[in-house]
Amino acid sequence: MNAKNWLNKLHQMHGGLHLEDHKAESLTRGLQQASLPPQLYLPLKQHIGETNKPLVRPGDRVLGGQLIAHSSSPISSPLHAPTSGRVREIAAHPVPHPSWQSDTCIVIDVDGEDEVLPGNPVDAQTLPVSELVERIHEAGIVGLGGASFPTSPKILRGNNQGIDTLIINGVECEPYITCDDILMRTYTDEVMNGISYLQRIINPASTLIGIEDNKPDAVKAMNEALSARHLNNTHIVVIPTIYPSGGEKQLIQILTGREIPKGKLAFDIGLFCQNVGTCAAISRALDRNQPLISRIVTLSGDGIRQPGNWEVRLGTPISHLIELAGGYLDNECRQHLVMGGPMMGFSLSGDQVPIVKASNNILITRQQAIPQAPGEHAECIRCSKCADVCPAQLLPQQLYWHARARAYDKTEEFNLFDCIECGCCSAVCPSEIPLVQYYRAAKSEIRAIQQAQFKSDRARIRFEFREKRLLLNKQSEQERRRLKREALKKRIPQTQNGDTEFDPVQAALARVKAKKQAQQEASAPKNTTNLSPAQLKQIEAADARRRAAREQRT
Amino acid sequence: MIIAILTISLMAGFFGLVLGYAAIRFKVEGNPIVDQIDALLPQTQCGQCTYAGCRPYAEAIASGEAPINQCPPGGAATIAALADLLEVEILEANPENGEHHDVPLVAIIDEQTCIGCTLCIQVCPVDAILGSAKHMHTVIADECTGCELCLPPCPVDCIDMIPTSQTIDDWKWTAPVTLAGLAHER
Repeated sequence: MNAKNWLNKLHQMHGGLHLEDHKAESLTRGLQQASLPPQLYLPLKQHIGETNKPLVRPGDRVLGGQLIAHSSSPISSPLHAPTSGRVREIAAHPVPHPSWQSDTCIVIDVDGEDEVLPGNPVDAQTLPVSELVERIHEAGIVGLGGASFPTSPKILRGNNQGIDTLIINGVECEPYITCDDILMRTYTDEVMNGISYLQRIINPASTLIGIEDNKPDAVKAMNEALSARHLNNTHIVVIPTIYPSGGEKQLIQILTGREIPKGKLAFDIGLFCQNVGTCAAISRALDRNQPLISRIVTLSGDGIRQPGNWEVRLGTPISHLIELAGGYLDNECRQHLVMGGPMMGFSLSGDQVPIVKASNNILITRQQAIPQAPGEHAECIRCSKCADVCPAQLLPQQLYWHARARAYDKTEEFNLFDCIECGCCSAVCPSEIPLVQYYRAAKSEIRAIQQAQFKSDRARIRFEFREKRLLLNKQSEQERRRLKREALKKRIPQTQNGDTEFDPVQAALARVKAKKQAQQEASAPKNTTNLSPAQLKQIEAADARRRAAREQRT
Repeated sequence: MIIAILTISLMAGFFGLVLGYAAIRFKVEGNPIVDQIDALLPQTQCGQCTYAGCRPYAEAIASGEAPINQCPPGGAATIAALADLLEVEILEANPENGEHHDVPLVAIIDEQTCIGCTLCIQVCPVDAILGSAKHMHTVIADECTGCELCLPPCPVDCIDMIPTSQTIDDWKWTAPVTLAGLAHER
């Protein structure tokens, strides 16, 4: 089936925007290999889920691909050394995060030898499926489309649910970003291999590869690669360019016409979505036993001299990439760094932050593209343009009023958590209200409230349990003493031949008296007993003398 | 006339039976308003409200014995929630009960100084201190409610209250501050 037939079958998503795509700038050169920087900064947490614990210590020598941090939690993704070198320290360093805060990073002094840990590639067509998933986990693969959710737990859950359609996301709808485009052109075979392994693992009835029609070269390369191999019921679907068709829910709607019910995920309705970058990473992990240690990053915007795409080792500071791209256009641009695109990205604290697994694009602009903390804005004029463009069919205006008034239960009633933060509403707002900022603030406030509630519920349970335990302790102590007293009562009458009138106090007094008497008797002088007749006579004589003397005195 | 009286008394008897049955069948154990109030309290069990824990305070509020502004850990948010639930006026927090900390506190035991007397373990309302006689004690930070009840009994003053460490995961997006918004809040 060719692309044209599929186009007729395409469905429409609600709203969306036609944006100036600015993609040509970074596509003038092909994919370039970024040189190794002197130091790599690897945040312990580059995925959604549990934070990793470091497995190396400062001073250790590491090889490329060596496991350096991991977590035992199922929702986590291990971290590997991108190249050989020595661990300098494990310390806080600025990371790409909207908070501009620092987080714990493993800092590696690169030795430049790029020595790689020897691995044993596997035959992914014969290895058992469970082992494939295990290897995908061990390779530290996360969704490279931007959310960086660990891939292996997603596969496991998808497999449990039963998947009918595998959707491969090569849409890349946000302006400026071209890393997936260049990936599909350069590493076409890897993407295709990755797709075939995913097909082996989750066994879908059909596979749809969605690519926007502004990437004809990528479509061509992918079509050629697809016709060269036999993949079961796999189609490349070219979809019209409209932002945000690359959002998971939007792409599913465009390709299949199905909507994911509220509170459910794609695999709940038999769909499984993966980004093309993730597919290439899966292929590398299985065919070459290479964990996720590098990714393609677009550098673009009007503030950089030579926009383009680089294949970069994770942990490379952005400043190093900017040097490779010819530097800033002027010094002012240094302050205007954004990770991600102009719609959904966030501003960076500076160019010392490293590239992480989620970094698809660095936007460098002459004018501030996304302020870190948006300030004043004009009032809402209730034009409802935001509702027209909202791809999630929400009512952004209502959400705005409630979020601003901090009526969080109301925002939830208006389905705040279905907002994908695509930024369409903010982009069309004539009052330039930073709507998404309001929604993000409300969401994080609600999450904080839920967390506090969870903690207080736990404290209540522990407190009530403690009260119960103390009460039980007290009761069992009382019970023990009562039983003991009863046992005592039973024992004493038996010794007194059933005399119930027996008074223990009197008995004790009598006992003491008897004892005392015995003692006195024992300690009485014993020098007048057992005397010989001669001694008795002497005593009598002495007594007679005493009597005579007494009589004389009187 | 007689028919009317009979009908009314029959109906009265019938409904009386229904109500009587319902009162037994659907009897509510305990006072539900106490549970609702208790659910709004922060469960630090600190006793700063002068009651022996959150539930006793909830019972006191329900019986009208205590005002709603005696919970320092809950702060203004708890007062507002209680006022909303009980449909009473929002009060200023009573400064006599203690001060509210914006960042929750957690107890930490100085391991060098602790002599292992177990006094703190005995007073901890949520069993968040671990240790045994003449052995070093330690606080399970995740379970500590920051109630400060362990401070007074410690004979060597080795327990400190420190603000809980705010990680990058706890960070919250801030809402845009508008001039109109400020006016609205005032």
